[in-house]
Amino acid sequence: MNPLALIGQAVLALTREAGAIGIFAWRGIRSALVPPWYFNQLGAQFLRIGYFSLPVVGLTAIFTGAALALNIYTGGARFNAEQFVPNIVVLGITRELGPVLASLMLAGRVSAAMAAEIGAMRVTEQIDALKTLSTDPFRFLVGPRILAAVITVPLLVLIADIIGVMGGWAVSTQVLGFNGATYIRNTMDFVTNWDVVSGLIKAAVFGFIIALMGCYHGYHSRRGAQGVGRATTNAVVSAAILIFAANYVLTTLFV
Amino acid sequence: MTETSDTLKISIRDVHKSFGKNHVLRGVDLDVSAGRSMVVIGGSGTGKSVLLKCILGLIKPDSGSINIDGKPVTGISERKRAKVMAKFGMLFQGGALFDSLTVWENVAFRLLYADGLGRTAARERAIDALAQVNLEPHIAALRPAELSGGMQKRVGLARAIVAKPEILFFDEPTTGLDPITADVIDNLIRRQVSALGATAVSITHDMGSVRKIGDDIAMIHEGKIIWRGLAKDVDSSGNPYVEQFVTGSEDGPIKVLAR
Repeated sequence: MNPLALIGQAVLALTREAGAIGIFAWRGIRSALVPPWYFNQLGAQFLRIGYFSLPVVGLTAIFTGAALALNIYTGGARFNAEQFVPNIVVLGITRELGPVLASLMLAGRVSAAMAAEIGAMRVTEQIDALKTLSTDPFRFLVGPRILAAVITVPLLVLIADIIGVMGGWAVSTQVLGFNGATYIRNTMDFVTNWDVVSGLIKAAVFGFIIALMGCYHGYHSRRGAQGVGRATTNAVVSAAILIFAANYVLTTLFV
Repeated sequence: MTETSDTLKISIRDVHKSFGKNHVLRGVDLDVSAGRSMVVIGGSGTGKSVLLKCILGLIKPDSGSINIDGKPVTGISERKRAKVMAKFGMLFQGGALFDSLTVWENVAFRLLYADGLGRTAARERAIDALAQVNLEPHIAALRPAELSGGMQKRVGLARAIVAKPEILFFDEPTTGLDPITADVIDNLIRRQVSALGATAVSITHDMGSVRKIGDDIAMIHEGKIIWRGLAKDVDSSGNPYVEQFVTGSEDGPIKVLAR
């Protein structure tokens, strides 16, 4: 086949997919913001996305903060700047690593679970059943997941920020010989509100991406168990890529 | 049987539907009179399920018209579709019960989420509906995964009838069940359709079911209705396609091809 035709086909497919995701996102946002709301569904998603993700987010944050402190200390020692460990740890965690790494872990955990659950509902005709029961699947399935993710991911990232900084503090005081109180004071003196808030804005956007990709790929799942498996993989991969892309765009806006 | 337009519950005219190059429905015309039980028969892959999903609005036909109570329902908004759906009860082939909910929440789903009924009243209605399909109240608290296939079908039937719909749809109601359980389901369907005075549309290739639950029969072949008549006439239809289907013979005009 003509190489130009191949490129054209790829561009058309990409454009079609982007358009489909855009329409899905619009319907999802509308379902999340316009009543009727299904509060029990929303509550269940708060629990699943937020509460049950705390361990994985906490563990990711503490080890990231600890490793970050060690690396900054090693790098800083090359030009006698070891004292900047608390400053760079808090900056790195709040603006970048907290939101990005926590969201990547949530993409693996939450996006995959959403795609698998909604995909299984699709292939077992449960989504069709919702329609026959006068219930809009977008309002019942997609809206609550998007709303819950946009609200809970920033809260998880805020907790990850605190745990990440404490991971850096623990390594700095136990391994690198920093004074604990001085470390905390330096951290608090250096960090600004905007450092934290910009990370939380990123987290809200990443939460939207996580839920959108999970719901989109699950909703369009086809052809039995294999289709559900493919939807799950696609949800995680596309959420991760979009998180990196959105992170670059947001970082460009926030610096 | 004669039909007049004012007694027609469902009217389908020249409905076409393709999936890519696969032209599934090729101009379906079918009328279902109010209060009658219509069974659509036909081999696998002939378009039975697609036709049912077109009527329900789960699939949009490429062309043609579908009227419910004389009003067109193709291409209507989601909001209007939800209102039309209030007339329907549907038993899916696999049950399509919601795994995350208990049996009673499944049965009462429409009452809880579409009609806004309180949980206590909805639970009572669900337990009543379960009793109508011969299920004990203690089943109400179980999850669908804890039930046998036959019990899941009965729960699906209870969900279909709980809101007393005007139209009941049954998609392969006895597929995958042993003959005795299948007969129980057929009897329950027949009894509930009569009790509600509902119009019923079933699709099946189980001739035992056809004779039990059908007043009228239509046969679909290669995306078109090729015969329709009264259930009692199905064995003397004079149509070679129907005769082959009824006898289940390999010999005849219907050729089973690998698709």
